Amino acid sequence: MQVTMTVNGAEVSHDIEPRVLLVHFIRDVLALTGTHWGCDTSNCGLCVVLLDGEPVKSCTMLAMMADGHAVRTVEGPAQDGTLDPVQQGFMEEHGLQCGFCTPGMLMTSRALLDSNPNPSEQEIREAISGQICRCTGYATIVRSVQWAAAHPAEPDSADSDQPVTDSEVSA
Amino acid sequence: MQIPAPFGYARAENVDQALDLLERHGPESRLIAGGHSLLPMMKLRFARPEWLIDINALDELDFITQADGRLRIGAMTRHATLLRSELVGRLFPIVHDAERVIADPVVRNRGTIGGSLCQADPAEDLSTVCHVLRAEVVIRGSGGERTLPMKDLHRGPYETAVEQDEILTEIRWPIRPRAGSAYEKVERRVGDWAVAAAGAAVWQTDDGTIEDVTIGLTAVGLDSGTATRAEDALRGQLPSEDLFVEAGRLAAEDCNPVSDQRGPVDYKRHLAAELTRRAVRRACELAGAGQEG
Repeated sequence: MQVTMTVNGAEVSHDIEPRVLLVHFIRDVLALTGTHWGCDTSNCGLCVVLLDGEPVKSCTMLAMMADGHAVRTVEGPAQDGTLDPVQQGFMEEHGLQCGFCTPGMLMTSRALLDSNPNPSEQEIREAISGQICRCTGYATIVRSVQWAAAHPAEPDSADSDQPVTDSEVSA
Repeated sequence: MQIPAPFGYARAENVDQALDLLERHGPESRLIAGGHSLLPMMKLRFARPEWLIDINALDELDFITQADGRLRIGAMTRHATLLRSELVGRLFPIVHDAERVIADPVVRNRGTIGGSLCQADPAEDLSTVCHVLRAEVVIRGSGGERTLPMKDLHRGPYETAVEQDEILTEIRWPIRPRAGSAYEKVERRVGDWAVAAAGAAVWQTDDGTIEDVTIGLTAVGLDSGTATRAEDALRGQLPSEDLFVEAGRLAAEDCNPVSDQRGPVDYKRHLAAELTRRAVRRACELAGAGQEG
């Protein structure tokens, strides 16, 4: 069956079996392997992508169900080599260890900040409560999102300097 | 890798088209809404429909409207939408109590109230909420529409009165004055199914007497829909701690939990008593605080 959707701003169209899950469409058909695939049971949240701006678990959606919609994966937020503030925040505050949960955490955090630019710690924890970090690095993930909230992208971020200060990186 | 067995896929643009597709593809076709129950079952081959009829485009079933003394909820209303609705939270605090502990925020972006009720999982929270609120459900088929009380919707675990060629379209919660409601759940970890949960709604008279009350339990084998002996003990009484304890005791006696990985029978019975007590206490507080609806 033909499925057509927008992925990171570009239209894609492929002939697939209806049983193909969105996570496998993204990884295997589009070769966008940044989205990770974990528990397969909608528990771990590794596979979170944004569907029309809202985080969803792509292991529990058929690719056909995204037909006509806009999907954003972890490959989306960085523009012309400039990291999104959320990605930069995960670097600054050591928000990733093994990196397995990171793509899902980044996308949920991006969606949170899009709707709530200054979330409280409790709101951040609630937003990522459907996602598991197997390194248990939640404290630094929360700090990473707080860093991103404090360093929003400039309106024309493509031309602006990266929102980075080396002095904030500890040894 | 867990992949469902092959199936045919069709997308409905409206309710009539969904009914047509169900009729055309026959007894092995299933509706799919949020898919967070059906797709996991298909991956494990617990369900193996030959056709899926996708109803996610049915915007006509995504609504929350107040009319004729009732709050009408479209069956495709997502959990996240219910939780965001100030009106729902004000009229029926029990709904927000339950929604906050249904799965997690990401799952709640997809799951729907209609899907939850039609799955008829004995551990599902909104079914208890709908029993407690004395909901009516609206079911449409090619022959027209019918309305059922919530107590007639579920025929048993995973079995409902919605026939294969029908679709649940709407849930209605009656709005009554001097009402309070609450839901209390214990889960092993955030987002898990209930070990046990209790919901209660209370309607008081002007002097604070409990005029009417409903108590529902989740995941502990309460076959009657609500805990009628506990309700009878409360009706006509002024709220008191002794009364809440007695209601909890009766509700726990009347349920029939099974031992499983979520806990042994005596623990679940203990939870049924304690959570009933807490839910009734909080529902009475809210009713006394002048909650409308």
